[in-house]
Formats: sequence, structure tokens, C-alpha cells
Amino acid sequence: MSIDGRDLKFPKYVWEAPVRIWHWVMALAMVVLCVTGYFIGSPLPSVPGEASDSYLMGYMRFAHFAAAYVFTVMLLMRAYWAIVGNKFSREMFLVPLYVFQPSWWRSFFRVLGHYLFIRRENDWHYGHNQLAMAAMFGMYLLGSVFMIVTGFALYGEGTGMGSWQHSLFSSWVIPLFGQSQDVHTYHHLGMWYLVWFTIVHLYFVIREDITSGLTVVSSMIGGWRDIKN
Amino acid sequence: MTETFYDVLRRQGISRRSFLKFCSLTTASLGLSPTVAPQIAHALENKPRTPVIWIEGLECTCCSESFIRSAHPLAKDAVLSLLSLDYHMTLSAAAGEQLRANAHDTIEKYKGKYILAVEGNPPLNEDGMYCIYYGKPFVETLKKYAKDAKAVIAWGSCASWGCVQAAKPNPTNAVPIDKVITDKPIIKVPGCPPIAEVMTAIVTYVLTFDRLPELDRQGRPKMFYSQRIHDKCYRRPHFDAGQFVEKWDDEAARAGYCLYKIGCKGPTTYNACSTTRWNEGVSFPIQSGHGCIGCSEDGFWDKGSFYDRLTNIPAFGIEANADKVGAVAAGVVGAAVVAHAAVTAIKKASEKSGSTKAEGK
Repeated sequence: MSIDGRDLKFPKYVWEAPVRIWHWVMALAMVVLCVTGYFIGSPLPSVPGEASDSYLMGYMRFAHFAAAYVFTVMLLMRAYWAIVGNKFSREMFLVPLYVFQPSWWRSFFRVLGHYLFIRRENDWHYGHNQLAMAAMFGMYLLGSVFMIVTGFALYGEGTGMGSWQHSLFSSWVIPLFGQSQDVHTYHHLGMWYLVWFTIVHLYFVIREDITSGLTVVSSMIGGWRDIKN
Repeated sequence: MTETFYDVLRRQGISRRSFLKFCSLTTASLGLSPTVAPQIAHALENKPRTPVIWIEGLECTCCSESFIRSAHPLAKDAVLSLLSLDYHMTLSAAAGEQLRANAHDTIEKYKGKYILAVEGNPPLNEDGMYCIYYGKPFVETLKKYAKDAKAVIAWGSCASWGCVQAAKPNPTNAVPIDKVITDKPIIKVPGCPPIAEVMTAIVTYVLTFDRLPELDRQGRPKMFYSQRIHDKCYRRPHFDAGQFVEKWDDEAARAGYCLYKIGCKGPTTYNACSTTRWNEGVSFPIQSGHGCIGCSEDGFWDKGSFYDRLTNIPAFGIEANADKVGAVAAGVVGAAVVAHAAVTAIKKASEKSGSTKAEGK
């Protein structure tokens, strides 16, 4: 295999159905989580009338918690699929192992060189390029796990002592951060971390789709990667 | 033998009927099953009153001030009947050497049986010289008195977390007492000050059952610190409905809406204010129209303004909260993306024009 990947055989089935379903459900859950989360932290202007007639914050929090459960279950499913799925489904989980391979780093700097406008053409890959893998692991995966852990810790405060959310998360996360307010603060920061990731992700996906000569956006819908004509 | 609680009550002319009523009330206020009431009565009839030594380090005496305002049980009963408060600098009638001898007698006589209550905390810098107790650093007294105690009660946020004297930059290096006393069970009763009824109830519990109340991971009694102010706040329906006070003097403030948007820390503060309330259940901060400032939380002085719900992040020389930092950074990332896209487009365009020129030749 040549290092620039120009001898790879296309079309290639890359993203299996569970990966695609995970991607889009998770993306939707993230939008719901960010919007409702933001408005839980900074609520909308007051609702007029009697308190018994409205339940705005209640619904907002319900949507947040429901989406959070979906998000968590999807990530667990995705982790399971990394074990039983094809090798592309493992890429974002195995970055901590890849960093010990010199060849991975060579490819990483080739991709980086392209994005810094030093190399004209980007390498071709079946799955993620090395920079994308690093971002998927460092930003998306670690960010999501952080949000799930801190999120359940905050949720466990409401469900109370004795609930599994409190026993599994709140009981150690809150003392670890010092107090509840700090967990809130870092949970807010975590949202922004994922927002930064989303901006970068969207940009590079569209950019690659236009400039690389391979299908990118449509691959996450149909699962196949092909050379564009 | 020291008198029992029951003996003292009878001597004061209280009927057995009233005594049993008190036992039932105490059972209820501790949230215990009604079948426990006879146990409480039995304990109060038979056990000698527990000697308590109450010492004050670097502090403001607000814990003592709060304690003497307890209504259920009355502080008078707690001090004079329920327990044997053998040493308390502010409340004792005796003073000076006489008082101090009292403390030493108790320690001698009740080795391993008395309870040490600590208000305030020891500063450690300059060998503890910032707080002097009978001519010696307070930290030495604290260690000496704690050595033979059965258990230690940390009154207030000072003894529990450090409070204002341990706030940044903490010049005297004041530390919570669990940094100094490491070999005794410590009950933390945070708050600045803690609620009077919470203080007396914890003392009652320890005396009655001869064991510590169940503590959470941070050492606070679960019966009073397992829920947030927010969980039992009477303004919670306004929160759920989405009705908030926006300014201190607006219509919503007069209507008693939720104080979340003007920085109430009820959702992040573990205490019993919204259920037990203060001054015989008259009111508590939120009921008076002011948000909770989170005084029973660890390091509440160092978490930015009392009116912010997020901790300040000192970044780039300015202080901002997580949302501001996040939004600004999102803008920077967005701008970087746009710039990168622009460069990509220019590169592509120049390549294209370059290749068409080449073809033209």
C-alpha cells in the first residue's frame, strides 16, 4: 500500500449500519442536549400566569435527561460495536494504542501538512485520517464520557441518595470536584468542548467531501466510500 | 454518677407524660420510626449525660450564637439537661483557670467517653501563632483535647471546610480540623452558621444512640445534608414552571418567583434550610427574597460571586464564567474554520487558473 493511499480499491463498505444509526441518533441527541442544557443553565424569560399552568423548565429538563439516556445508551452500543464490528468501527477507540506506532505518526504529520497548506493533496483512507481519529478520540469520545459521568453525577443529586445514579456517579464525582457548583461549571465547559468539536468536524467533513475526491458526507448515509467522478 | 437526662427533667418538675411527649417529638424530628421513641426514652432514663467539651479556634462564634437559638429542643435544655456541657468559653459561668480546670477534669474523668465539639479551625502558619489559646497555639490544644475524645463534632463551615479564614490566599494557612485530627470519627456540620435545630438534633442523636449518625462521603450527617436546598424549596414550582426573578426589585420578585436567575445557589447546596428553616421555623434566606449563597458548601468563598451559579474561570487575565469562555472559544474556532476554508478556496482557485493558463499555452 502506498503511503498516500492512491492505490486503495474503491468502492469500499466502511460504515456499517449500527455505526450510521449511532452517528445520526447521537447527533440529534447532542443537538437536543446542547439546546436544552443551555436553557437550563440560562433560562428563557419568565412564563406568565400561575405556576400550576406551566411546566417549561420541567419539560426542558425532561428532554435533557431523556436525550442524555439515549446518548449514553448509543455510546455503549457503539463501544460494543467496536468489538464486533469491522476494523473502521474500532479506529476512534484505539487511538491510545496507535500513538505507539511510528507509521501512524508519519501519516498523522502528512495529514497535518496538508491542512497547513504544505502538501497539496491529502492522503486517501478507507476510514478516518489520522488527525480525524485523534479528534474523534480526544474531543468526541473523551468529551462524551466526561459529559456522561458529570451529567449522571448531577442527575443523581436529584434522584437522591440510594439511587443507582447517586451511588455510581454523584457519590464520588461531587467530592472529586469539591462541590456541586464546580461539577456544574465543568459540565457547562464540557458542552462547549463538544460544540468546538462539532464545528471542526462539520468543517472538515464538508471540506474533505469537496477537495479529497472521495465521498465523505454520503458515506455516513449509505455506508460506502467511493471515488467521486 | 452523673445524673441522667430524665433525673434532671424530673428535678425541674417536668412530668413523665411531658417527657414521653418530648421523646416522641425528638423521634419525629430525627425522621425515625415511631417504634424508636421508647428506645429514646430508655436511653434518656438510663444513660449518664454525655460530657461535651466545646472549644473555639479561629472563628466568629456564630455557631454558638446559632446554637443558643435552638427551639426544638431548646438550647437551655440541651445545655443544662440533655448533655453536660462542661466547657464552653462563651456560655460557661466560670472563667479563666477555674473553667480550664473543669475541662481538664472532664478529660481525665471521662477518657474516651466525652465528645469534643470544635468551632472554628486551627491556622498552621508560623507554628500556629495566628490563634493563641491560653498562651499556646490553638492547634496544640485541639490535638490534646481530641486525643481522648470519643468523637469530634466539627461545627460550622470553618471546622468542616475552612470557610473565610481559609479562603484564598489563606495567609494564616487555616485548615479544616480533619487535616489535624486524623484518628477520630468527625461529624461535619457545615453552614455559616449551621442551623440551630440541626446542631441540637445531632447532639441528641449521638447521646441517645451512643453512636454517630450515618454520614455521607464528605462526613456530613445524611439526615440533614442528603438533599439540596433546591430539592425541598417552596419556590420550586416556579422553577419547574419557568418563572424567574430577573432583577431584585421586579414584579416577579414581589410575586415570589424562583431566584435561580439572580444566582440562587440552592441547586448546588446541601443543607436543611428549606425544610427546617431558621429561628423556630420562621424563615430562611430564599423565603426572605434572597438567593442561597451556598454557605454550607466546601470553599464557598472561592467560587466567585455569591450571585453567580457558575464558578469563575480566571482566563487571559479576566474572570469569566464557563459559558462566556465556551462561547468566545466557539467563536474563535468558527473564525479559524472560516479562515481555513477561505485559504483552501483561494488555493484551489489559483491552482485552477494556473492549470487553465498552462492548458492555454
